[in-house]
Amino acid sequence: MLIRQPNDIPPSEITPPEVYRERRRFMQGMGALAAGTVLGAAPDADAGIRLAGVRASPYKLDDERTPYKDVTTYNNFYEFGTGKSDPAKHAGSLKTRPWTVAVEGEVRNPRMYDIDTLLKLAPLEERVYRMRCVEGWSMVIPWAGFPLQEIIRRAEPTGNAKYIEFVTLNDPRQMPGQRSRVLDWPYVEGLRLDEAMHPLTLLAVGLYGEVLPNQNGAPIRLVVPWKYGFKSAKSIVRIRFVEKQPLTAWMAAAPREYGFYSNVNPQVDHPRWSQAKERRIGEFFKRDTLMFNGYGEQVARLYRGMDLQKFF
Amino acid sequence: MSALLRNPKAWVALLCLLPLLRLVGLGFSGGLGANPIEFITRSTGTWTLVGLLVTLSVTPLRRLTGRADLVRYRRMLGLFAFFYACLHFVTYVWLDQFFDPAAIVRDIVKRPFITVGFTAFVLLLPLAVTSTHAMMRRLGRRWQQLHRLIYVIALLGVIHFLWLVKKDLTEPLTFGAVLALLLALRLPWGVALLQAARSRFVSAKY
Repeated sequence: MLIRQPNDIPPSEITPPEVYRERRRFMQGMGALAAGTVLGAAPDADAGIRLAGVRASPYKLDDERTPYKDVTTYNNFYEFGTGKSDPAKHAGSLKTRPWTVAVEGEVRNPRMYDIDTLLKLAPLEERVYRMRCVEGWSMVIPWAGFPLQEIIRRAEPTGNAKYIEFVTLNDPRQMPGQRSRVLDWPYVEGLRLDEAMHPLTLLAVGLYGEVLPNQNGAPIRLVVPWKYGFKSAKSIVRIRFVEKQPLTAWMAAAPREYGFYSNVNPQVDHPRWSQAKERRIGEFFKRDTLMFNGYGEQVARLYRGMDLQKFF
Repeated sequence: MSALLRNPKAWVALLCLLPLLRLVGLGFSGGLGANPIEFITRSTGTWTLVGLLVTLSVTPLRRLTGRADLVRYRRMLGLFAFFYACLHFVTYVWLDQFFDPAAIVRDIVKRPFITVGFTAFVLLLPLAVTSTHAMMRRLGRRWQQLHRLIYVIALLGVIHFLWLVKKDLTEPLTFGAVLALLLALRLPWGVALLQAARSRFVSAKY
């Protein structure tokens, strides 16, 4: 893996020529979007539009990227059904405009963000991360987004803020999977404040340089690459700073199987299956799962002195 | 050829082959999705369970309809269940684990749902081996005792499915409910129920 310090990046890489071309394509995209609105195209018409000004970032991998088609047709998003192809089939009913994200709780500056304001909050960067699902498969995904700490800094957490709770939209009319009680809706996830502040923790709004498709958690989602995929809450409507460790949706559903931390760890098995290996989508042979999904150098210090068997 | 077409057994056999033909078709058209190995494993497993339940429904159906000749299809249905179980097992050993004996042994011991599934598969072997007429004659009364193992096998198959899903139990519970019904219909009151239903059906007919 190649994570260079920002001062190692040659200036030529900071504003790659694609950006200019992307802007042009974005303008074309806006035209297509306007046309789509007039013609009453699918609500998910935004997906596929290039995001403007996505900068390259030092967070990239040598691993081959998982094809766009696989990333957008094979994933878990129980709000649209429990099958892997359900999100792609049913997420068309999700409306990502208007959309607001409430930042609240133990902060000095609570705020209700409009999604379009949020998109301009900080420069968007492309980050290629590994994604390891708790079920034993993995992908390599180029996200576009900005670090979560951009929001945290502006919110100014009080001394009581120890954790952050992320809440997904709860609307069974838009999210047909919520009509089944397979989980307690809304979907809730959480991070410790220092995990949330970590530079790797990303709020993603795009995929492959384009607007995030609904099935992948549009309009805005969390990406925490060293934790199992379900920790990265999708279609977020609330970011709440709290003092007590939040009860996440999966902890409530199966406390013995899913812990609060859920760090990728090949040595701590799921009670019903091993986590030592994973199948990278598109590959035939299984590969070894890496500690902290290969991000140990960056994040291991967060858990120093903790018994990771106990805090799984 | 026309004799083959008139043979209902040939039609049943063709029907039993459809899930496999579908997999092959999807494989050639790239329709197995992002995780083809998982798709094949899931599909062959599902059809094994379906095959077991269909096999188990022959006796209740015979009692309900009074058509003793239905039993002629039972062996073939059972062997198709075994066929899909073999495909399921080979997919696991070959595609999923790639013949890594250490990993497979670890898996069988470590993952309870694999342990259960593997047990079910091993128990199927003697049933397949003793499915011939010659074996039936040789074993006599013991043949039937041996083949009652299918109740245990089907139960293990449902548990295998139940333990592997992450959260949504709808599918395995559906299989479990059908199995419970098929087993209940073998209890004395179940048999009586079927016979009562049949006499009603027969009296209405004449």
